[in-house]
Amino acid sequence: MELGVFVIAAAMVIVGAVGVILRPNPVHAALSLVLTLFGVAVHFVALEAHFLAAVQVIVYAGAIVVLFLFVIMLLGVDRTEDITIEPFKVQRPMALVVGVGVIGLVTAAVSSSRDAIGRGNGLEIPTVTGDNDSNVRQIARSVFGDYVVAFELTSVLLVVAVVGTVMLTRRIKSGKGES
Amino acid sequence: MVRLLALDPVAIGDLLWTPLLIIILKVVAIFAIGLLVTMFMVWFERKAIAGMQNRIGPNKAGPWGLLQTLADGIKLFFKEDLLPDRADRFVFKLAPYLAFVPAFLVWSVIPLGGDFSDGKNGIVTWFGEQTRVQLADPPVGILLVLALSSIAVYGIMLAGWSSGSKYPLLGSVRASAQMVSYEAALGLSIATVLLLAGTLSTSGIVANQDGFANWHVVSTGVVPFIIFLLAATAELNRPPFDLVEAEQELVGGFNTEYSSIRFGLFFLAEFMNTVTMSGIIVTLFWGGPQGLFDIPVIPGAIEGTIWFIAKVLLFLYVYVWFRATLPRFRYDQLMDLGWKILIPMSLGWFMLMAALRLGRDQDWNQAVVAIVSAVVLIVCAGLISLAMKVSRANREREGATF
Repeated sequence: MELGVFVIAAAMVIVGAVGVILRPNPVHAALSLVLTLFGVAVHFVALEAHFLAAVQVIVYAGAIVVLFLFVIMLLGVDRTEDITIEPFKVQRPMALVVGVGVIGLVTAAVSSSRDAIGRGNGLEIPTVTGDNDSNVRQIARSVFGDYVVAFELTSVLLVVAVVGTVMLTRRIKSGKGES
Repeated sequence: MVRLLALDPVAIGDLLWTPLLIIILKVVAIFAIGLLVTMFMVWFERKAIAGMQNRIGPNKAGPWGLLQTLADGIKLFFKEDLLPDRADRFVFKLAPYLAFVPAFLVWSVIPLGGDFSDGKNGIVTWFGEQTRVQLADPPVGILLVLALSSIAVYGIMLAGWSSGSKYPLLGSVRASAQMVSYEAALGLSIATVLLLAGTLSTSGIVANQDGFANWHVVSTGVVPFIIFLLAATAELNRPPFDLVEAEQELVGGFNTEYSSIRFGLFFLAEFMNTVTMSGIIVTLFWGGPQGLFDIPVIPGAIEGTIWFIAKVLLFLYVYVWFRATLPRFRYDQLMDLGWKILIPMSLGWFMLMAALRLGRDQDWNQAVVAIVSAVVLIVCAGLISLAMKVSRANREREGATF
């Protein structure tokens, strides 16, 4: 049963990922991305990380891709495009090189550290207890305990990004006020 | 993997015939109850509004017009299923299900009954097996509800877009902007409840509310409940926040191009959502199946269901009442209310509750904690209103007219 769930979820992830690249219509591509995110959420549930699965759906599928769709619809770029035309010539060979490189790196990393994964590797592997909320508790301990500085810095970074975006898009026209 | 099945106490251990039958029975019963309740909700809404507007309302099909919805449904079934020429076929067909399925799934995590008295935790015994009067009790409980409501946004958004027509697109952009904005306030007011309950599971939240003083509406101090009620109304796209289907401006909103059974699914999802949202409000704030007093004669497990139904009916009436009483908001008023009032307020209240909780755990002086937090909150509120004043002045300087 575990294998079956894995295969189905992995198929969702891969079909979605391929769809993001190959669908000519941006809205369809965004929907394929949702499929991928759902596949990842299923993986999380199968690994008993229920909280991460829920957050994955709420944040990524529920907020971020909705924002993507919003931008696509409001800018009116929701028409089907011919994806064989390439305005930026070096892009595809570059993407191919980078893609093959990443696959090679990940494969090498996994095969060279075969035993280290899942065993003592410095990171504490949380144990699943009968407590329904152990998931949330362990995440909260590490986010608000061990990694609280990194967490707060990330939130500052996000605020800076938001404020910066607003400042860049809303230039106050000088001179109009005085007239 | 085994723990995935622990959504229901009946499924723990070897999977035998009795537990399996109980689960199947529960699935079928809850599905059927969901449909029936939605059907009568439509009737109830039409009848109650008719009463408030001095009309008679549906009175021909069945006794008191009870079967009116069934008649409407059958009519919808036999209508021609139109597919607009410029529609995106696949997405157009997919969208109604994206609206309808989440509406039903939410129904499965609400505790519909059960005996929560004396720490019994809502577990009832049927045919010698222990189970809950709710389809599933997943560890993420209330987060599942939030996740599903964020999926429901897709149904509306894609329906409007895929119709290939202007008014549905406008309606769906409005709807999704509104739903995404109010989800934040909704989530923050739920966070206040979770702070007190200390658990995400819906049955755990109900079990935490034994006795009226512990009902979260009282113990969180009413404010989160009011925020939740407003945000939920906006999330449901119900009046006074029904800009999504403002008939005068948008024809019929996102579902203008839909007909036949696909329109029926949207319609069903909308009313189903109203019922489930009332259920969520009752679960989070009003003690779910927990009663105020013992009803004599009736056994505990059934008593819970009676209390639950009574409370849900109250909120369904409130929704109908809103619709009949309040005029529709303007779009900028809607966004102002969501972003500038509800979100800061729910965040502030959450911080206040957290400070009080921390003070209690650390044995600090409660009065000092309360005064300091109140001062901080007032300063923050002052800063926010100052910022709004400045930004309004800036907008006017730039020549904006609103």
